[in-house]
Amino acid sequence: MGRTKKMVKEELANRPDNTAFTQQRLPAWQPMLSAGIVIPGFVIIGLAFIGIGVALFVTSQSIQLLELDYTGVEQTSPCFKCSDPNAKNCMCELTFSTDTLFKGPVFFYYGLSNYFQNYRSYGVSKDDDQLSGNLDNFKSPSDTCAPYEYDRNNKPFVPCGAVANSLFNDTFKLYQIVNGAKKVVPLDGKGISWWTDYNIKYRNPAVTPLKNAFNGTVKPLYWSKPAYELDPSDPANNGFINQDFLVWMRRAALPDFRKLYRRITDGDYAEGLPAGNYSLQIAYNYPVLSFEGRKKVVFSNVSWMGGKNEFLGIAYLVIGSLCVVMSVVMLIVYAKFKFPEEE
Amino acid sequence: MAFWRRNTHIEKERHVKANARDYNDKFSYADNRIKTSKYNIFTFLPINLFEQFQRVANAYFLVLLILQVIPEISSLSWFTTIVPLVLVLVITAVKDATDDYFRHKSDQQVNNRQSQVLIRGSLQNEKWMNVRVGDIIRLENNQFVAADILLLCSSEPYGLCYIETAELDGETNLKVRQALTVTSDLKDITKLMDFDGEVICEPPNNKLDKFTGTLYWRDNKYPLDNEKMLLRGCVLRNTEWCFGMVIFAGLQTKLMQNCGRTTFKRTSIDKLMNTLVLWIFAFLICMGVILAIGNTIWVSWIGRNFQVFLPGEEFQSNAVFSGFLTFWSYIIILNTVVPISLYVSVEVLRLGHSYFINWDQKMFCRQTNTAAEARTTTLNEELGQVEFIFSDKTGTLTQNIMVFSKCSINGQTYGDVYNEFDEKVEITEKTACVDFSFNPLCDKAFKFYDGSLIEAIKLEDLAVQEFFRLLALCHTVMPEEKSEGHLVYLAQSPDEGALVTAARNFGFVFRARTPETITLCEMGRAVTYQLLAILDFNNVRKRMSVIVRNPQGQIKLYCKGADTIIFDRLDPSSEALMYTTSEHLNEFAGEGLRTLALAYKDLDEDDFEVWMKKLLFASTVIENREDQLAVLYEEIEQGLKLLGATAIEDKLQEGVPETIACLNLADIKIWVLTGDKLETAMNIGYSCNMLRDDMNEVFVISGHTLLEVQQQLRSAKEHILGLSRVSSVGDVEKTDMFADDSVFEEAIIAEYALVINGHSLAHALEPQLEHILLDLACLCKTVICCRVTPLQKAQVVELVKRHKRAVTLAIGDGANDVSMIKTAHIGVGISGQEGMQAVLASDYSFAQFRYLQRLLLVHGRWSYFRMCNFLCYFFYKNFAFTLVHFWYGFFCGFSAQIGLDKHYWTAVNHLFIWGSLTVYFAILFAMQSNGIFGIFPSNFPFVGTARNCLSEKSVWLVILLTTVVCVVPGLVVSFLRVDLFPTLTDKVRHLQQSRKKEGPQEQNLRRVRRTSSRRSAYAFSHQQGYGELITSGKNMKMSTVSSAGSPGRTPHSSTWIENMLKRKNEQVYFKTI
Repeated sequence: MGRTKKMVKEELANRPDNTAFTQQRLPAWQPMLSAGIVIPGFVIIGLAFIGIGVALFVTSQSIQLLELDYTGVEQTSPCFKCSDPNAKNCMCELTFSTDTLFKGPVFFYYGLSNYFQNYRSYGVSKDDDQLSGNLDNFKSPSDTCAPYEYDRNNKPFVPCGAVANSLFNDTFKLYQIVNGAKKVVPLDGKGISWWTDYNIKYRNPAVTPLKNAFNGTVKPLYWSKPAYELDPSDPANNGFINQDFLVWMRRAALPDFRKLYRRITDGDYAEGLPAGNYSLQIAYNYPVLSFEGRKKVVFSNVSWMGGKNEFLGIAYLVIGSLCVVMSVVMLIVYAKFKFPEEE
Repeated sequence: MAFWRRNTHIEKERHVKANARDYNDKFSYADNRIKTSKYNIFTFLPINLFEQFQRVANAYFLVLLILQVIPEISSLSWFTTIVPLVLVLVITAVKDATDDYFRHKSDQQVNNRQSQVLIRGSLQNEKWMNVRVGDIIRLENNQFVAADILLLCSSEPYGLCYIETAELDGETNLKVRQALTVTSDLKDITKLMDFDGEVICEPPNNKLDKFTGTLYWRDNKYPLDNEKMLLRGCVLRNTEWCFGMVIFAGLQTKLMQNCGRTTFKRTSIDKLMNTLVLWIFAFLICMGVILAIGNTIWVSWIGRNFQVFLPGEEFQSNAVFSGFLTFWSYIIILNTVVPISLYVSVEVLRLGHSYFINWDQKMFCRQTNTAAEARTTTLNEELGQVEFIFSDKTGTLTQNIMVFSKCSINGQTYGDVYNEFDEKVEITEKTACVDFSFNPLCDKAFKFYDGSLIEAIKLEDLAVQEFFRLLALCHTVMPEEKSEGHLVYLAQSPDEGALVTAARNFGFVFRARTPETITLCEMGRAVTYQLLAILDFNNVRKRMSVIVRNPQGQIKLYCKGADTIIFDRLDPSSEALMYTTSEHLNEFAGEGLRTLALAYKDLDEDDFEVWMKKLLFASTVIENREDQLAVLYEEIEQGLKLLGATAIEDKLQEGVPETIACLNLADIKIWVLTGDKLETAMNIGYSCNMLRDDMNEVFVISGHTLLEVQQQLRSAKEHILGLSRVSSVGDVEKTDMFADDSVFEEAIIAEYALVINGHSLAHALEPQLEHILLDLACLCKTVICCRVTPLQKAQVVELVKRHKRAVTLAIGDGANDVSMIKTAHIGVGISGQEGMQAVLASDYSFAQFRYLQRLLLVHGRWSYFRMCNFLCYFFYKNFAFTLVHFWYGFFCGFSAQIGLDKHYWTAVNHLFIWGSLTVYFAILFAMQSNGIFGIFPSNFPFVGTARNCLSEKSVWLVILLTTVVCVVPGLVVSFLRVDLFPTLTDKVRHLQQSRKKEGPQEQNLRRVRRTSSRRSAYAFSHQQGYGELITSGKNMKMSTVSSAGSPGRTPHSSTWIENMLKRKNEQVYFKTI
């Protein structure tokens, strides 16, 4: 017996394994699109989407937004005088008022239009190794930085490249006018960049004082002060981890963009900007008229879902209603053409 | 191989001298080494790479890679291309290398087989590859012939030897070869050593049935033909040993010359994919041009003003140049629309499908322990598209086993099994078979289920005894008794073997024969009959008889043959029995059995003497001997007494009729191409249910000239078309009538069948007739071609392939099917049997015909579905991914800035088969992780992107929205389509679902029933029997001496070989090429 058993086993040595996988018996599910599932499904999706859409739309509507163009193209604009390319250290002042409380926390952006930060050869023109604090790249920046690699005396630019070179350098001060007197609105510039940028991607070289790391290098062509002196008020906010620098280096995806400048969170303004008159003092340095660009400042508050975005809510509403409409259409079609077998 | 051929001059004539290596070396003939491999270690890399870069896709990506190295253009880092490219190259190379390794191994195995070569006066063992042209080699029984050799002598008398040519032409019966008389005496080594004959013969060619040459020896010339040649691939049988001289070796042997070049088979999806890729490439160029123009415009209108913050150089040169560079940048960035990974993924997918085929237990054959095997991995989805199947008969549809299944003796049928209620019981494996233990000489493999026959034997029923005595005496089978009681019958046709084996088991054991006697063991008693004459079978007579004198001294004639022939020659006293037997024959034929009628006659001593004298006289006549003999035979085979009839089952492979019916339902046309006789083929056609009596007409085309064939084809076609539209035709001209018949193909409801023989087929395949043939064949439901050569099989397949644009599949088991297997889109070999030629040439192999159903209808369908779904998804994915960049181009000044990070996408693309979003996100975060950034700051600049994006709630809301927007329209469309335009599948599924709700239901299984009228086929054997050979005594080893003195035989026997070989030549001509 034993022998025959063994023989049988040997004989069937080539027999394929009997598993669900090899025999293609793995459970599969191909739903029948029966009316009982599809039509109620559509109604539920539709209703849910309409709900989300309404919520989004209402939220978006509740967001306050204030945009002020200060390019100075029109002669009436207070910044008109500064738009002249020859003007140096030009200051201009913009006044505006709010009727109601501008609910806090208020975000303060600057915005640029027709500005192609997403142009490829502009975008690649930087040296990530240098920006992460590699001192070798201080002396010889990567050739991706061309043409902002070395100056005429063959000294390396630090930070090199077109992106860093074109750092936005307008500065703003905000005052509330209370009884004709200007009251400074404190602006908070901490933590406006991405956490990863601040902590990982951009690093200052481990040299103290920081200035020494920059020996033998020159500041970028368009900069008025070197990287280690970007923020005179806070020594820790200098070099490559300067918040404004970080915000600028994170390139915008579209040619019309805004970037976060400051947040208004402190003191009397923690609840927001009270109704009243305000004055915005602008140090106008950044030329944009040559490429028909526009500059503006934007005040906005945010909701749980981010900034003002009406499109998303509307899209949800549209899709939701379409689903409901389709469910009705399908119901009609189904009633007319259903399978005879089901009767 | 090709190089070697180019170098040699074209051989016009071959000179070979025996035992003279130096002389033969002058001609630099091919040695006996065969080489089917493509590479060796050193040539592998260059040749393989060269081959791979000939593929358009690989070349395209090489160009892309070069483009990416240019920094002004490159928008992506070069390793996004090199990684997949190298992956593709490596995978393909590994596959090629393993294939070639196995080819090397099989070559080596063949080359290293041992053979005995006569070198310097002694026999030495040599490897096959060292055998040279002109060598004399010794072969032993059951050995493969090492090269094409000229038979010099053998252990058998007269230099006879027997070979089996299954590897060459698929025929399993034995064939006789005979050496020249002058050389047949060279039986010892010293004589062979001195043999220095020179053969001058034709150059190597691929004709298996032809050889012309001359042997020059001792100032004499001897003509040589194919009957003196043993070809490589044959097996020596029934012959202890033989010596031969090598004429053609290695690649120049006829077998190797017949191995058609394997063509690379492509599927229609491949072709579609290539066209698609070309179109997509054109589309890519279009996009590139549009974006380049966009860039030019952008630069001259907007970009110029933006110089302040941008590197100056680019804008100083002109905008057109910038556009030009942008074009190339976009070619790179948008390259994913022409997906290289598509080719890899498709290959991987097909490989997976092949494994599913290999793994399928439903295609595993228990008996032979063979699983199905997908030998080619690239054709799976084509299986679902097959429209024509060309099938071999012997060994494919049938098992080539003849089984004695029923008989009718003296008006009584035996063979059916009845249960206690007198109902016929279907015979299955479980049915108890008759116990033959009373008979020590019985064949254990023989099975019979009806016990009443054995009872009749035991009751010593005279008719039954005579019946089996006839079966034991009237045949040309040779017995071989290896040990006491262990009998083996060497039959020339399996039918005869089956009949003699039946007689053996029922107690009439055919034990031994000499030229004059036949010894039987009748129910345990040894009885010797004196054999007086064998009246052999031929195609005209369709019967054979023996005349014997039994121990009691009576002379008897036993005759078996086709029923119609026998019934014409019956004694009036048998008339009543004839009617009952005739009824039984109808019954047998209805079950698809092959029938024979048996009859005997008592002869008067004096009459016989007179007749015998006439016979002896006739057999010495030189002119018209055949005819005279036939007349004499006719004279004595009169007034026979009917004994009964036998029914032999040509056993079909399991489940053949069901499979054919099922494939017919799937609108797949099955053509049977067989080398067998017309009758046999038709018989099988009926038993497979391919031919039926309720068919309107079965056209048999058997013309001998072109005109005749044309006539027959025309009239058959007119018959079909005429019937189908009697009203519409009328005065329309005939040419018009044939012009547009494809429209009417569908309309013809009536069922027709076409049977055509090889002779007619040769004419019908000529260019002027092939269209008619094809049209007619496609109008018929069943097409059977018989007596076709391997080449004709391939021609038929080629014909359909060329004109029908349908996917064809050829299935066969023997070497004679190789050409058709290679020609068809898909070749299937039946494995698990002895010959491996067909399997080696095939794309798929399995053990039984019925697995074809599962292969085509399940695996083929699934493969096709999956492949199509995959392609749809793949193109969709690539377009979705790539067109984003097109869109984004309008926002970034057409600067070829990428909007998505390529680094993880490449990985995701390849790992998506593991498929889960988990992997996706893991990679997403890994690639943008702080750690990786710390190591390669400039290569992974996207650190934190994912984290910051995904922490935005609106991003998730957008993802949800887009998902729904993408899915919902699809759902709506498919829901509405099911309701408005339901496909067959939808209906079936609906039905299934509603059935399920109703609960289990009895299913009506359609049973395939055979309905057919009586077709008594004397499908006796392929060729004329060995009757003459037996009576001449030439093939009797021991008894030749004793029989030599027999009077009257000598003149007869002097010419028998000539006759036989002559006839055989005619036969063989039809069978081989």
